[in-house]
Amino acid sequence: MKVSRKYIFALIISAFGAVAFAQQGTEHNHTHGEGDHHDHAHEAPAKAQQPANAAHAHEEEADQGACGHPASEDPKDFNAGETAIHHIADVNAIHIYGDTYFHLPCILYAPNHGWKLTSTSVFKVHHHGNGTVAKDGYVLVHGSIMRIQDAAFPMGEVAVSEPTHDEVKTAKGKDKTIYYVQANGVCYMLDAKTTLDGGLMGGGITSFYDFSITRNVFTMLLTFLLLFLLLRSAAKAYTSRPGQAPKGIQNFFEPFITFIRDDVAKPNIGPNYERYMPYLLSSFFFILGLNLIGQIPFFPGSANVTGNISVTMVLAIITFLIVSFSGNANYWRHIFMMPGVPKPLLIILTPVEVLGAILKPFTLMLRLFANITAGHIVIISFVSLIFIFTNKFGVGTGTAIGAAASIPLTLFMMALELLVALLQAFIFTMLSATYIGSAIEEHHH
Amino acid sequence: MNLATIGAGLAAIGAGLGIGLIGSKAAEAIARQPEATGDIRGIVILTAALIEGAALVAMVLSFFV
Repeated sequence: MKVSRKYIFALIISAFGAVAFAQQGTEHNHTHGEGDHHDHAHEAPAKAQQPANAAHAHEEEADQGACGHPASEDPKDFNAGETAIHHIADVNAIHIYGDTYFHLPCILYAPNHGWKLTSTSVFKVHHHGNGTVAKDGYVLVHGSIMRIQDAAFPMGEVAVSEPTHDEVKTAKGKDKTIYYVQANGVCYMLDAKTTLDGGLMGGGITSFYDFSITRNVFTMLLTFLLLFLLLRSAAKAYTSRPGQAPKGIQNFFEPFITFIRDDVAKPNIGPNYERYMPYLLSSFFFILGLNLIGQIPFFPGSANVTGNISVTMVLAIITFLIVSFSGNANYWRHIFMMPGVPKPLLIILTPVEVLGAILKPFTLMLRLFANITAGHIVIISFVSLIFIFTNKFGVGTGTAIGAAASIPLTLFMMALELLVALLQAFIFTMLSATYIGSAIEEHHH
Repeated sequence: MNLATIGAGLAAIGAGLGIGLIGSKAAEAIARQPEATGDIRGIVILTAALIEGAALVAMVLSFFV
């Protein structure tokens, strides 16, 4: 009885959490219905289709030109902010060097088109991650897959132009970039992949879903593999040779493991700490591994995985579920029926406590995301100094000044980011342990 | 330049004041009682993380709302 009640409480609070993280992403849905596009699919090369919500915001610049403007090659137009955002975003094809790309599998789904399995190599990508070929209506723009918003677009391979773009304001007054490509002289508007955040950070629900192995997923798999190879022998040694001095790679990992056990789990969780050690160690090494691999500026690294809010959200939700399901009666009583408080006060206190229980994983998610993202943006901004100074004072002197300023600052920031990588992995584990500890603490007064 | 930028700045000021206070008090506490360094460090990290969490919520809200 007691146990089942505990699980019901856990489910209720998890439902609250689901609401807190939920996405009200349906509002963009109706604007992309295919039916209303069919009749004007073959219209003039002017903007083929507009989503209804962007249409009226678009009116004032309708005379500005048919198909957006091409990406500027003029170094005077260099924008450090945009460059940074491009580099921290997730992509489908990993840029290695020059026009060489590491191609990854694509798993795409469009409700009216079905599943599509392919690889980014079919897009015949050239510089800037832009594909030169549309494959079954999908194109590659800046390394990310986008879909041509036109049901009448021919299947198979079609040569497309360099993508152009246009800045628009959505109905909510947010800036949005819309991309276009030209094929056979006709301008087609592109849809970005669906993001399930209600359009908060992306475009909301669009005409297709992207389940591909992207750069972030690839880096996560790589980290899994690395951790498995490195930690397997160490983990085995604790069962095969218990109590003996560490050997080999175990020497390197034992300080971390004992640190998590003695300084994180034991003081924060209490006598039952052993149940939670697997989660704490896994999350610590996983976050640390991703942070450190994200620090490598070239090919196998360069992904911004822990600076992706979806990744940190899943990690935070796992902590939240563990806290909720291991919480004892005492923990739930302190949330819903704070003992020793006059009954009328509970009307105020209970919502505050429930909100507090949800805010804990929320800040866990934001802390890791913001720290890592901020670090990457700052590094890219420092590297951008070279380009900014070159624009100001010309190639030669400007570049020299820029490099003189940029290299020490970047080195300093990289060193700081190494510290942050360790610290954030530690803090995530530490706070998870604290939350678990507060949930299983026994009542004593 | 808009109000959100000012909001993010204010959040940074608040967090900076808070974490600065933690640091100064922790240094004082450790100087007074060096044998309690371990406990104090734990409290410092936890409180700093909580302050940082509030500041991050403020910053994210200022950018997305």
